[in-house]
Amino acid sequence: MASLYERLGGEAAVNQAVEIFYRKVLSDDRVQHFFDDVDMERQIAKQKAFLTMVFGGPSHYSGKDMREGHQHLVARGLNDSHVDAIVELLSETLQELGAGESDIREMATIANSVRDDVLNR
Amino acid sequence: MAKVEYCGSVVDVASSVSVLDALLAHGHEIPHGCRAGACQSCLMQATQGCVPEAAQDGLKSTLKAQNYFLACRCQAATDLVVQLPQASAVRFSATVIERELLAEDVMALHLRSDAPIDYRAGQYMTLWRDERLGRSYSLASVPSLDAHLTFHVKRAPGGVMSGWIHDRLRTGETLQLQGPVGSCFYVPETADQNLLLAGTGTGLAPLYGIARDALHAGHRGDIHLFHGALDTAGLYLVDALRRLEARYSNFHYHPSVLRSPAQLPEGVQVGAIDRLISTTAPELTGWKVFLCGAPDLVAQLRKRIFLAGAHSADIYADAFFSAAPPPS
Ligand SMILES: Cc1cc2nc3c(=O)[nH]c(=O)nc-3n(C[C@H](O)[C@H](O)[C@H](O)COP(=O)(O)OP(=O)(O)OC[C@H]3O[C@@H](n4cnc5c(N)ncnc54)[C@H](O)[C@@H]3O)c2cc1C
Repeated sequence: MASLYERLGGEAAVNQAVEIFYRKVLSDDRVQHFFDDVDMERQIAKQKAFLTMVFGGPSHYSGKDMREGHQHLVARGLNDSHVDAIVELLSETLQELGAGESDIREMATIANSVRDDVLNR
Repeated sequence: MAKVEYCGSVVDVASSVSVLDALLAHGHEIPHGCRAGACQSCLMQATQGCVPEAAQDGLKSTLKAQNYFLACRCQAATDLVVQLPQASAVRFSATVIERELLAEDVMALHLRSDAPIDYRAGQYMTLWRDERLGRSYSLASVPSLDAHLTFHVKRAPGGVMSGWIHDRLRTGETLQLQGPVGSCFYVPETADQNLLLAGTGTGLAPLYGIARDALHAGHRGDIHLFHGALDTAGLYLVDALRRLEARYSNFHYHPSVLRSPAQLPEGVQVGAIDRLISTTAPELTGWKVFLCGAPDLVAQLRKRIFLAGAHSADIYADAFFSAAPPPS
């Protein structure tokens, strides 16, 4: 059976999703301040890597990367409520791309599986 | 820790430090500018070893193939032997044909290069005062329309390069050029797409080139050019842009100033350029966008324009980084 990543549409879907997801993030008062990196190209590259991972695609993230990459954000107050918001925005993104309920749940499960690493617990 | 050999001396380079900073810290004189991978004045060549891909970002394929790299972007993972490029391999000379004051502190520099240069309107080149001092300037000319290369140079307060260009460089003298580089230019494939061109100060230089290039190529979509300045003295090429507007019904020129003068010239708006763009073109889905000028303005506009619907891959930007001091 095709993997979640394949079902969603692979790299092309990631490229589409990043446009929608990053716009949502930048317009959401709960989380936008964590994404205020002035270098938008770099942000988009990071988001693509992140989306590939939560879509179950070929990803080079390790738990250690996740921890190190978010340490400075945890210091700035990143907590469970923000991760919840991100999972919500991810789900909305997939909905807009026409993904089914069960695929969205599977994505959310992957996203939640890295929660402790992201929050450095 | 990698070892980098330059001019017979070997320098240890920690993985977090660029080859440029390591060589400078050891007292080597390496030409450099923006430290952001844009100006390419720290171009070097590896004669042994393998340079990381990131250090070749934006270089022409011919330069990549010869192991040229940007020292400011090079975090050496393995040992390297490096040298400065042979000037004759990457630079060529050009003669000053004309100097023309466009605004109080903006000089148009018209150059004739000794060798033909293959460039696109909107790209930029490094102008060298001497072996050591080079700075990037954007091309305002269009290859198919203009006989010479034209740059708009703004006098920076205490600026070594721009001051020299304004006060010392004379008609008939020669200087060295390198490039062109950059991907901020018009491609005719999308003649029906609406274009948004926005910049402040001499950010107008590449935008003026891109606009004329697109119009000359028969672009059919709307072209909106926003030029912002602090005050009316900073607006330049106003008449030329108005003439373009009269000639092409799809071209729209929007000059603006931050400070309101006693008498506001007709057609000039007062306000921040990002707000004026939002008012005139609130919805940018499907647009192609070119942003040039001060780095923080470019970053801020880029975000706003993305949120207004433009696809991230349709936003082209050249931030005019100034030469950065080494990290202390
Ligand atoms: C891709 C790219 C394209 C560029 N295109 C153009 C162009 O078309 N026209 C143009 O005029 N410049 C352009 N620049 C900027 C240009 O390369 C130089 O940075 C600029 O001319 C100042 O150089 P300088 O040697 O005179 O000043 P420096 O001696 O390097 O700097 C002197 C002092 O002035 C400050 N400073 C530098 N620039 C400014 C500024 N704009 N406003 C206020 N303070 C400043 C510096 O921080 C420093 O304190 C471009 C830069 C890049 C990276």
